[in-house]
Amino acid sequence: MGKQILLEHINKPGINTIDGYMKNGGYASVEKALKSMSPDQVVEEVKTSGLRGRGGAGFPTGMKWSFLDKKSNKPKYLVCNADESEPGTFKDRYLMERIPHLLIEGMITSSFALTANTSYIYVRGEMMYVIRILEKAIAEAYAKGFLGKNILGTGYDLDLYVHPGGGAYICGEETALLESLEGKRGNPRNKPPFPAVSGLYDSPTVVNNVETIAAVPWIINNGGASYAAIGIGKSSGTKLISACGNINKPGVYEIELGVPVEEFIYSDQYCGGIPENRELKAVVAGGSSVPILPKELILKTANGEPRLMTYESLSDGGFVSGTMLGSGGFIVFNDQACIVRNLWNFTRFYHHESCGQCSPCREGTGWMEKVLHRIEHGHGKMTDIDLLVDVAKKIEGKTICPLGEAAAWPVASAIRHFRKEFENHILHPESCSAKHLYFGTLAVH
Amino acid sequence: MAFSAERLEQIKEIKNRYPAGKHKSALLPVLHLAQADHGWLPIDVMNDVAEVLDIHPIEVYEVATFYTMFHLKPVGKYVLEICRTGPCCLVGAESLIQYLKNKLNVEEGEVTADGLFTIKPVECLASCGTGPVLQIGPDYIYKENLTEEKLDQLIESLRAKG
Ligand SMILES: Cc1cc2nc3c(=O)[nH]c(=O)nc-3n(C[C@H](O)[C@H](O)[C@H](O)COP(=O)(O)O)c2cc1C
Repeated sequence: MGKQILLEHINKPGINTIDGYMKNGGYASVEKALKSMSPDQVVEEVKTSGLRGRGGAGFPTGMKWSFLDKKSNKPKYLVCNADESEPGTFKDRYLMERIPHLLIEGMITSSFALTANTSYIYVRGEMMYVIRILEKAIAEAYAKGFLGKNILGTGYDLDLYVHPGGGAYICGEETALLESLEGKRGNPRNKPPFPAVSGLYDSPTVVNNVETIAAVPWIINNGGASYAAIGIGKSSGTKLISACGNINKPGVYEIELGVPVEEFIYSDQYCGGIPENRELKAVVAGGSSVPILPKELILKTANGEPRLMTYESLSDGGFVSGTMLGSGGFIVFNDQACIVRNLWNFTRFYHHESCGQCSPCREGTGWMEKVLHRIEHGHGKMTDIDLLVDVAKKIEGKTICPLGEAAAWPVASAIRHFRKEFENHILHPESCSAKHLYFGTLAVH
Repeated sequence: MAFSAERLEQIKEIKNRYPAGKHKSALLPVLHLAQADHGWLPIDVMNDVAEVLDIHPIEVYEVATFYTMFHLKPVGKYVLEICRTGPCCLVGAESLIQYLKNKLNVEEGEVTADGLFTIKPVECLASCGTGPVLQIGPDYIYKENLTEEKLDQLIESLRAKG
């Protein structure tokens, strides 16, 4: 196993308490940043590290921080995105549950960098027990003087609160999250203005994923250059991958960016191969929204190079033959898995989760679900396949937020790489192995 | 009034987490408390939420109807919120949902005759590595790596609790 930055201490006894956490070096970055660095120096260090947002889009974190309008006379906010709802993704929950103080330490050091005096962690409401864990950890941090007024006697004040969501994937989209935090429906906002200028309560705001924030303490303690030395090129550092589906060892793994996909699937350090030695059929490498790839293209690029777990290698080939690292939700399908059925399931998800604001997404996801439902249940027509491609195209790029793309890409890629399987469902509906498991209510708004 | 004196104290504390004048932010946390107390969100409860937060009732309704965790009609004492999304289906969620329906003799959203259970399939709960999974409010503890036997045990223990 490569360098462990986030999970190094995860199995130490008492690591979920502040004493156990501090025994293992916890809160050192708060001491260092607040006592010996300026906020801008912290931002610079994060820039140097090359850290990229771990929520899915991979935007450079230091750069995002430098866009924050610090000259504004309004308060600045840091909001942590712990909405984790992308199918296949369960890494943030693991971190928050097992080592909550890592996130809290990251929030303090990062809030200092952003000159925020109030910060929020927005946790999806379903994770009520995680919210309790975080609240307990926050109370411990207040008691030790890491939160509140005049932290460690440095004059810096910070209040940190946990905010529960109410069940809505769309609230993972950062502007929907801000609307939700303001007590409204989770309808994404038009951009510009970007949150860095006008975010929470119209004030300059940074939204970052849990894993992004959790990497900040190590970067401050060890220097941005040390972080940049891990990984490959613009994919620096480590990434949590949550692996699931047809594998022997589902779970959360911290990899140094650059591990070959083949090693990740078959090595006993990671997924441990496929149960019953079945064949690999396909992988969704970065959460349900990214293009699905068949075995040949996930193990090797179209040029025959080994595919690596990096932002660049996974996207090699663009949407013709590549995919994306996304959130790190790694879903493995064996040769028995039904691509059509899975796509119908994902499309139902996006239809159910569309906020309904933009017609192409609201209507398009519904049509894709209906057409896939009829193909999967033996009533498909050959023209349905191109109809799906057409609907997907008419959603893509025509919505306020990228949920539209998130719904369109899985459809486009599944048909691109598995058209035969769709044709087969239409020509020989009786051959679909999963048919007897019929369970099909359409999503309703 | 839908809230006890103790709850009203708690709501005051929650409002203080947000800047002056931004107390509408407390809406989701307060709706969770209301649902924990009442099991679901009848209209008079939502009206009381509006009153304690000093916002219009419509602002509560439009939010309560947007978020899937809120029950807008009566439900069983235990709402079995079971994941129906792709990764859980790869490890058997579909047949488990069917098993649960047969066992309790209800369809999605219905309440069992004894008033104890409602089955509510939900989307991904971020438990894809430990699926199939369900959770039960108001604590929303995760029951993971489900099998038919585990479901039998769970139902039995909840029936015993009543
Ligand atoms: C539909 C949708 C859902 C999203 N869900 C999440 C999520 O659950 N967690 C997350 O961190 N980012 C999510 N994002 C990405 C956020 O909009 C945003 O890019 C991210 O929180 C920024 O943090 P980062 O730069 O640290 O990754 C989602 C985006 C979209 C369009």
